[in-house]
Amino acid sequence: MSHRPQPIGGPIVTRPFLALLAVFAAGALVILWRLVVGLGPTTGLNDGYAWGIWIAYDVVSGTALACGGYAVAILCYVLNRGKYHPMVRPAILASALGYTLAGVSIFIDVGRYWNIWKVPLLWNWNRNSILLEVAMCIMAYIVVLWIELSPAILEGFEQDDRYPRLRKLAAFIHPYLNAVMMWIITLGILLPTMHQSSLGSLMMIAGQKVHPLWHTPLLPLLFLTSCIVMGYAVVVFESSLSSEVFGRQRETRMLVSLSWVMVDVLALFLVLRLGDLALRGRLGLLLDFNMYTVFFLLEMALFLAPALLLMKRERRYNPGVEFLCAMMMMAAGTLYRFDVYLVAYNPGPGWSYFPSIPEMLVTLGLVAFELMAYMVFVKRFPILAGIAPAAAGPSPGEAVRVPAAGR
Amino acid sequence: MTVTRRALLKGVVAAGTVATFGLPVASATARERKTPPSNAVGMLYDATRCIGCKACMVKCKEANGLPPEPGPMKGVYDAPADLSGSTKNVIKLYKEGDRISYMKAQCMHCVDPACASACMISALHKGQYGIVEYDPAMCVGCRYCEIACPFNVPKYEWYTPFPKIVKCEMCRHRLAEGKVPGCVEACPREAVIFGKLKDILGDAKGRLAREPRRYYPKIYGETDGGGTQVLYLSAAGIPFEKLGLPALGDKPAPELTESLQHAIYQGFVAPFVLFSVLGVVIYRNRSAQPPGEEEKR
Repeated sequence: MSHRPQPIGGPIVTRPFLALLAVFAAGALVILWRLVVGLGPTTGLNDGYAWGIWIAYDVVSGTALACGGYAVAILCYVLNRGKYHPMVRPAILASALGYTLAGVSIFIDVGRYWNIWKVPLLWNWNRNSILLEVAMCIMAYIVVLWIELSPAILEGFEQDDRYPRLRKLAAFIHPYLNAVMMWIITLGILLPTMHQSSLGSLMMIAGQKVHPLWHTPLLPLLFLTSCIVMGYAVVVFESSLSSEVFGRQRETRMLVSLSWVMVDVLALFLVLRLGDLALRGRLGLLLDFNMYTVFFLLEMALFLAPALLLMKRERRYNPGVEFLCAMMMMAAGTLYRFDVYLVAYNPGPGWSYFPSIPEMLVTLGLVAFELMAYMVFVKRFPILAGIAPAAAGPSPGEAVRVPAAGR
Repeated sequence: MTVTRRALLKGVVAAGTVATFGLPVASATARERKTPPSNAVGMLYDATRCIGCKACMVKCKEANGLPPEPGPMKGVYDAPADLSGSTKNVIKLYKEGDRISYMKAQCMHCVDPACASACMISALHKGQYGIVEYDPAMCVGCRYCEIACPFNVPKYEWYTPFPKIVKCEMCRHRLAEGKVPGCVEACPREAVIFGKLKDILGDAKGRLAREPRRYYPKIYGETDGGGTQVLYLSAAGIPFEKLGLPALGDKPAPELTESLQHAIYQGFVAPFVLFSVLGVVIYRNRSAQPPGEEEKR
C-alpha cells in the first residue's frame, strides 16, 4: 500500500468513458451551432435575462465547486495541516479542470469573443468594473492551477520511458518549478479569495433587480464563505467516490476532521446570512410566502442540515452520512448562486427564462468532458495516493508507467 | 492532530480579510457624487404633450439604420413591443381606468451610468456632451451592461453570430452634422425636445411652475439614480413608476459597488498585504517541515 500518489493505470477507453464522450459530442455540436446562428436560437436567453445557466452554473457555481484546490490549499499550507497533503493533487486536478471549463463557457457565452484578447491589455482596463476583476483573476488562476498541477504531470513524464525527450525536458524543468512553487501556491490562495468574493459583488450593481432577501453588501463575503464550504464538500465527495470506483484506501480519518471544519464554516455562513437580514430588517419579507420564501427556506435547509448532522461525533464516522452531507453542501452553495443570479433576479414584468435543451446540453457536455479528463489524468499521472495494489496492478502495456517509488 | 477551533477561525478570518476589509470602510469612503459635464446635452419628454403618433420611432429607425420589427402580423408592420436589438426608441401606452399616458422608452444617459461602471474595457462610456456612447470595437458581448442597467436599456442582437449591443446614443452622428436627434426632429408636438441640459432642466421647471395642476409634481431624472440627461414630465396623478421608470432614490447604482470595490482594491494594497501575509505563513510552515516530509510540489 502506497501513500505516494501514483497513476492508477488501466485502459482509458471504457464504457463510461464512451458514454461521456457521446454527451460531450452532443454538447460540442450545439457549441458549433451556437457559433453559427448566435445565442437567440440556441438558448433561452433574452434581453431581460441576459445571463443564464452558462454563467450561473458553468462559471459561478462551477468555479465554486472547483474550489477544492483552494480549500485544501488553505488547510494544508496556511493552517499547516500536512496530513491533508494526499488530497492536494486530486483537488488541484478537479479545480484546474473546473476552472478551465468555466473559461471555455465564458468564451461560448460572450457574443463578441473575437474581442476577448483586448480584455487583458492593461491600458484598456476599466478599473471600476467588477467583471474585469473577476475575468482577470479567473484567467490568472487557470494558469496558476495548471502550474500547481504540473509537478504531477512532470513526474508522470519522468517515469515514462516511451518519450525520452519529454522525460529529459521534464527533469530539466522540475527543479525550477520547485523553486517558484511557493509563490504559485500563495497566488493560488490569493486569487480565489479575490474572485470568489467578487462573483458575489457582481450582482450588487443590479440593485433593485435582485430580490432584497439576496441583495446585500455582504454578497462578497457570503460568496467567499460558501465557496469554501463547497470546496471542502467537493473534496469529500470526490475522495469518497474515487475510493469506491478505484478501490482506494478511504481517507476516513482525514475526512472526519474535514467535516468538523465544515460545521464551523457553515455556521459562519448562516450567522452572516441571517444576521445581515435581521440587522437590516428584511426577515419580514419571508412572511410574504411567495416563491422567494420557498427558495430561501430550501437554501437555508440545505445549509443547516449538514451542519446539524455533522455536529454529532458518531455520525461523522458514518461514510453514508458524510457523503450525503457533502452532496447537500454542494447543492446548498449551488442553489444559493442560482438564487442570486437567476431566481432572485427580476428584470421586470414580461421577462422569463428557462434554459433551453441545447443550452443544457452544452453544460452537460462540458461536465462530461471534465469527468473524462479527470479519468485520463488519474490513470496516467501520479494524482491519487493510497491505491490498493490490486487496483493499481499493471495491465498489459501499463507496467512501464507504474512508478517504482512505492514504499 | 485535529484542526482546532482557533486555527480554523484564524484561517477563515485570513481568507475573509480581503472581502471584509472594505465593508465598514465602504460607507465611510463613499466616492464623490458625479455631476454632468458643463457642455452636457439633454432631452425632455413631456408625456402630457405626446399623442402617441410614433413618428419618433420611424425616424429613429431611419436615422440609425435599424430594421423593422414586425409584431404578430409578420411582415406588415414595424411593431416592437419594447426596446430590442433593432429598436432604440419605443412609445408605450399606460392606461388606468379612462386615463391614459404615453411613455417614451430610450436610454436615459445617466450622469453616473451603471452600464459604463460595469463594462470591462469601456465599450460603454461617458463621451462628448455626457452622452453614453457605445464602441463595438471594445465590446466582448458579455452583456453585463444589461444586468447592471436599472432601466433595462442596453439590448443585444440575439439572432446573429456577430452581435452588438444596441441602445440610444442620442444620435451623436447627427449631432456631429449639426442636426438634432431623429426623434426630436420628427416630433410634431414638441413632446420631446433637445438642448443643453441646463436649459432643458430650466424649461422643465418652468412648465411645472406655470401649470402645476397639469403635471405630476416631479421632474424624473433631475436627481433619480444620481441624475439622468433625459428628463421626464408626467401628467398629474400618474406617478413615474406607472410609466416604467423605477423609484431609484438619489443614489447612482455604481456608488455602492465602486465604493466597495475601491475600498477593497485601492492601490491594490489589501491584495498585496494578503499575498505577503500568506507568503510568510506558507514559507514558515514549509521550512518547519522536516526535510523527509517535504513533497515535490
